[in-house]
Amino acid sequence: MDNQAIAEEIRSLAKKLLADGVVDCVIGYTQGTVPMRDRPYFAYSPEEAENLTWSSFCCNNLANFARKRADKVAVVAQGCVSRSLVNHIVENQIDRDKLVVIGVPSPGMVDHNKVQAAVGAGKIITEVVEDGDDLVVKGKGFEERIARKTVLRDNCFTCVQRNPVIVDHMIGSPGDDTHGGDIDKVAAPWEKLSAEERWAAFSENFQDCIRCYACRDACPLCYCTVCFVDESNPQWCGKTQDEADVATFHILRAFHCAGRCTDCGACESACPQGIKMRRLTSKIEKDIRELYDYRPGMDPEAIPPMSVYRPDDPQDFIK
Amino acid sequence: MFARRRFAVLKNLLEYIGLEPGRLHFSWISSAEAQKFQETVKTVVEEVTALGPAKILIKDIRKVA
Repeated sequence: MDNQAIAEEIRSLAKKLLADGVVDCVIGYTQGTVPMRDRPYFAYSPEEAENLTWSSFCCNNLANFARKRADKVAVVAQGCVSRSLVNHIVENQIDRDKLVVIGVPSPGMVDHNKVQAAVGAGKIITEVVEDGDDLVVKGKGFEERIARKTVLRDNCFTCVQRNPVIVDHMIGSPGDDTHGGDIDKVAAPWEKLSAEERWAAFSENFQDCIRCYACRDACPLCYCTVCFVDESNPQWCGKTQDEADVATFHILRAFHCAGRCTDCGACESACPQGIKMRRLTSKIEKDIRELYDYRPGMDPEAIPPMSVYRPDDPQDFIK
Repeated sequence: MFARRRFAVLKNLLEYIGLEPGRLHFSWISSAEAQKFQETVKTVVEEVTALGPAKILIKDIRKVA
């Protein structure tokens, strides 16, 4: 099933759910104002459901918009979004009875930065058409054909759960759960470096951060009423672009997501500077997997690893 | 919330981004363990002194407004 056919099914299902009054709103994706930036969309009527789409550029995590809602919503969910929905259920942010999951097997999403790099930096892309396994990238005076698999997002390459974990209505049939990448081989890339090299790699990675907080806003886990960076009394984190302030923000944001991050990649996709936050977050994710044998968002009945303990938890570091 | 799990992850994270091993210490000390407290403080001071002044995560307030 190609993306156009999936989009058509999402639209007809959404129209039916809205017309029958099963849900008040369908949260899905619609075409963005610029190519490759499809955006979240809230359809409240069957007419609005006509605007829903499905493509290789559905990079936002829609679980972000499904929490603490008074109305009943349906959410278009590929593997990672469904895992974040499960995580919200685990954290009591979503009432499962008021949630309808429209499951879509993910084809792996495309990194717009990689497409831009492939056609050349600075070239203005006006249209991207999906043609089977290829993307046809068009702009003024050029047209290029790029294989989808060469421009997948990093996290989609190492994904282990492409099919939705929880489903009420499945679109298409489940496909492969992985893409072939091994997360254990690429997670925590700085581990093999010395302490000094690690800091050099870390500060270089985050040096372009402009503190816009797009990563935080795109993250389904960052739902604190007041984020620690916005607190002013006490001010936990300075507001400058000084290396220490930038580092504090990213270290703490990553740490707050410990045992909760589903590696959906929404942070990296939202970053206007192309910063690779996953080089940091993948370390925590790996630790949680290795220390506590836990993968977030796989089981609605799970107990979050940071809320429990086992008597035999590792404690070599305690003196 | 359980401190042991949080500390384990935090320590790994800070050392992953370049904090020297030996700068961050954790210990369980009861209010009745005066001697353990004294010994721990001594070790911490010795190890941190050996490492010298912090090199990372320093904000020079004179340079930043």
